[in-house]
Amino acid sequence: MAKKVFERPKYLKKSVFHYCPGCGHSIIHRLVAELLDELDIGKKAICVPPAGCAVLAYNYLDVDMGEAPHGRGAAVATGLKRTLPDKIVFTYQGDGDIAAIGTAETIHAANRGENITVIFVNNGVYGMTGGQMAPTTLEGQNSTTTPGGRDPARDGSPLDLSQMLAIAKGSVYIERTAVNSPKNIRRTKRAIKKAFKVQMAGLGFSLVEVLSPCPTNWKMTPVDAAKWVEEHVTKIFPLKVIKDKAGKVT
Amino acid sequence: MIGEAAVRAGCRFYAGYPITPQNELTEYMANAMAPLEDGTFVQAESELAAINMVIGASMAGARAMTSSSSPGISLKQEGISYLAAQELPAVIINTMRGGPGLGNIAPSQGDYFQATRGGGHGDYRTIVLAPASGQELANLTMTAFDYADNYRTPVMILGDGMMGQMMEPVTFPDPVDLQKLSPKPWKLDGADGRPSRVILSLLLDTAKEEEHNWKLARKYETIAREIARADTYMTQDAHLVVIAYGTAARIAKGAIKRVREIGLKVGLFRPVTLWPFPQRAILELSRFVKDFLVFEMSTGQMLEDVKLSLEGRSRVHFYGRPGGIISTPDEIAKVINSLYHRQRLELEEE
Amino acid sequence: MTKKTIFSGFGGQGVLMMGYLLALAAMKDGKEVTYLPAYGAEVRGGTANCTVVVSDEEIFSPVASSPDYAVIMNNPSLLKYEGMIREGGVIVLNSNLIERTPSRNDLDIVLVPANDIARELGSDRTINMIMLGAFVAKTGITSLESIMEGLSEIVKGKKPGVMKLNRKGLDRGREFALRGA
Repeated sequence: MAKKVFERPKYLKKSVFHYCPGCGHSIIHRLVAELLDELDIGKKAICVPPAGCAVLAYNYLDVDMGEAPHGRGAAVATGLKRTLPDKIVFTYQGDGDIAAIGTAETIHAANRGENITVIFVNNGVYGMTGGQMAPTTLEGQNSTTTPGGRDPARDGSPLDLSQMLAIAKGSVYIERTAVNSPKNIRRTKRAIKKAFKVQMAGLGFSLVEVLSPCPTNWKMTPVDAAKWVEEHVTKIFPLKVIKDKAGKVT
Repeated sequence: MIGEAAVRAGCRFYAGYPITPQNELTEYMANAMAPLEDGTFVQAESELAAINMVIGASMAGARAMTSSSSPGISLKQEGISYLAAQELPAVIINTMRGGPGLGNIAPSQGDYFQATRGGGHGDYRTIVLAPASGQELANLTMTAFDYADNYRTPVMILGDGMMGQMMEPVTFPDPVDLQKLSPKPWKLDGADGRPSRVILSLLLDTAKEEEHNWKLARKYETIAREIARADTYMTQDAHLVVIAYGTAARIAKGAIKRVREIGLKVGLFRPVTLWPFPQRAILELSRFVKDFLVFEMSTGQMLEDVKLSLEGRSRVHFYGRPGGIISTPDEIAKVINSLYHRQRLELEEE
Repeated sequence: MTKKTIFSGFGGQGVLMMGYLLALAAMKDGKEVTYLPAYGAEVRGGTANCTVVVSDEEIFSPVASSPDYAVIMNNPSLLKYEGMIREGGVIVLNSNLIERTPSRNDLDIVLVPANDIARELGSDRTINMIMLGAFVAKTGITSLESIMEGLSEIVKGKKPGVMKLNRKGLDRGREFALRGA
């Protein structure tokens, strides 16, 4: 009998991802599902999905889900976690959700040191609404609302929210990773694992920013999009541990 | 008063943002939640954050509340729409002040439309309660939490700066035993030994959204049938009935007492629930009452509900003072007097 | 019986405290009470005032367009309220802070040199208690015992010295009003 080497994670529902080919969401969903099992926290996890491409996350992740209005993930998570401090509460948000309309909620949740985990998926565009400029869109990058590319004089420059959050005293662990290569995917999993562990240890606010390709809105092939992340996005948003007050968490 | 009643009602989560004239409540809740092991107070960074924290706490099963005053309530409308859509219980206190815009901080009743018509986007209603005294404020605050849980819907208490500021002796009802409240089989607390739950408001499938809307509509019909409530004062023999709520009703009652002393048969009809509006009770009155005087601290909003309720069967007059002006009972008595005598003259001519 | 009282002066003179204490005391007497402090920008540095209505029956409006009594702590307040007091009403005013004597002769006017008396007692903090003591003695709206009961509720946890000093202030105010000086 053949040995099973690959299977559907326990906390991933039996449905087919609707995400576009080459999109990072499916990978990140899977990493989260694997970790919920590996850390044995799936039974006490509550996820707050966003408005954005991942709004349908509840079709895939098999945990309790409470949908937040656009940008309000950190506030909804605050209400959940404060009421149920023993549960594991995490938000899953895109760049528009977290770094534009939800900036205030996110910064203040971090500053209060809310013991929640934020998975921040940065793909540089508003994907679900059709590719408008996001706060994280690179200078010169095309979007449907930046004809001729993002012009800093007209549109401002890419906003590094993770760096901003690191300044807040209440944030404990912030790391930026990517899912454009197997190596980076493994690194992302380690980062999300640590973020969950920070929450499990009751240390405070943890966030992993994941750079993710959006071939559809970038109008590239999946391979080119992965390359674009490496060659352009990481130049502005370098992959690194931005803040780690936790040290080694067991 | 609201704060103490809320704690007794089992409120264990409060999030709010400073705004006058209701800061006393926020400050009270900060102190009341602190010693409770299961109590949470968060001073939120915005009105939006406050209502969304309430959404989270409500999802987790807590009895949750937020409060604000007119401009802040406008900001909370997003969350109220989501609460209605996601069928989450919550209590929202609006201490109305003069508006629109920043307005002023004097007592007003300009938010009637916003409160009773839903306020936020989408096809929904909010239960709206309008207390007229300290005691009623305390009682209705406790009732609000029960309505919110029973019907799984946001409930608003619509008061004004006068209600918010005034001190009156109050007997508080006994505290609720949290253990004895009905369980919430929909709440999110981790899928341990049960299938995972989802609380959402996104229904991309139009058929499902329609189904959800009709489900809500049926719930609102039930609510309208079960809780519409009004208070009356000397309406049995009245030729003229004043319709007013909250602080305005209190002032009107003083005026009615005065004109009764000089023999005018005038009564008061005071809606306690603004949504659902007690329309049947008003319609009932129209069998005997030819003239109604609506008095509001606005340019006329509840007036529309009164007219709709009466279906053209009686005459509806209006007197209003917007912008934070508080009428005196004498002022209202004068209005009543002139209307009353006009009516008597007409009758004589007939 | 329904009696409406306005307490008015500058913010910081203990005007709201006087009204609050009267409200508490009347509540302890078993009366219907409303207490309505003037709120907002006015409270900060400007004129502070509050209205207390005490009644045997339900109170319809906590606002007083024609109050029965007024306790006045500064000139602007006297200007504002003198004309509004009901005929036969009572004004208790701090004569150390208000040089003018009200011109109406249909009112009972009590001039209390509260600052002088407070100085004798050795604490400016008793000024509002002296005024309140005089007011209660003059109008009989409640008793000093009920006021003290209310006070003990507010200052609970504080030193007995505070209670004693306030009691002294109330007593001296009463004595002054009853002597009719």
